[in-house]
Amino acid sequence: MRVTVKLFARLRDIAGVPELTRDLAPGATIGSVWRQLAGEFPELAPYERSISSALNADYSRMDAVVRDGDEVAFLPPVSGG
Amino acid sequence: MMSALLRIGREPLDPQEMAATLAAQGGSGAVAEDPGRDGAVVVFLGLVRNHNLGRSVRYLEYEAYEPLAVKAFERIAHEIRGRWPGVGLALHHRIGRLDISEASIAIVTRSAHRADAYAANRYAIERVKQIAPIWKREYFDGGDVWIEGATADPDDAQARAEAERVACA
Repeated sequence: MRVTVKLFARLRDIAGVPELTRDLAPGATIGSVWRQLAGEFPELAPYERSISSALNADYSRMDAVVRDGDEVAFLPPVSGG
Repeated sequence: MMSALLRIGREPLDPQEMAATLAAQGGSGAVAEDPGRDGAVVVFLGLVRNHNLGRSVRYLEYEAYEPLAVKAFERIAHEIRGRWPGVGLALHHRIGRLDISEASIAIVTRSAHRADAYAANRYAIERVKQIAPIWKREYFDGGDVWIEGATADPDDAQARAEAERVACA
C-alpha cells in the first residue's frame, strides 16, 4: 500500500521536498512511517520527541494505523501568531 | 470548510471587515439575533517585530498546513463557545512573506461586557500558538531560522488550562 507524506517547515527543508510517497506493509503505523523517513534522513531523528502527526488532515497519534491512500503529515513544533 | 470568521490566506488582514462580519453574522449565534446587546469589541493584531532574541529581523515567512489549521481554529472557536458562551469570534491568520509592522494575525471578539471579550481574545491567541499548524521562518541580518515553539497537541489539558489561566489573569 502507498501513503502520501507531507512535511512542513524545517522537516521539509531536511527532506528537500514538501511531499513524498512511500510504500508500506499492511498494518504500518504513523510511527513506522516516521522511523522509515528518519532512517532515510538522519537529521529528522532528533525531532522524534517534539513532532506532532496528522492523518488525513486531523491530528493523530504515532500508533495510529495507516491505510492505502492516506495522507500522513509530520509537524515540527508550531510557531503561529 | 473556511468560513468568513475563521480563515487563512495571503491577503492583508482587515480587522474592520472582520468586526463587521461578526456584527452581521455573529460567532456564537446569539450576536446575530440581537447585535444591540453587545457592548464590547476587542481587536488584537499580531505584528512582525524588527527584533527577536537580539537579532535584527528583516522579514518573516509564514506557512501553514491549511486544512488542519482551519480545523484548529474551529476547535478554538468551539472551546470559546463552551467557556464564554456569549462571545463572538473572528480569527484570521496570514501566510507568505510579511514585512516589519505587517499584521500576521487578527483576532476580533465581541460580547455584552468587556471582560469576556478581552479574556476570550487572549485565550484565542494563546491557543493559536499552542495548536495551530503554522510556522514562521525568520530572516534576519546574517541568516535565517525556523522558529519552533510548542509541540502541537490539542488534547493536552494542561496546555489548555494554562491558556485559560493566562486569559483570566
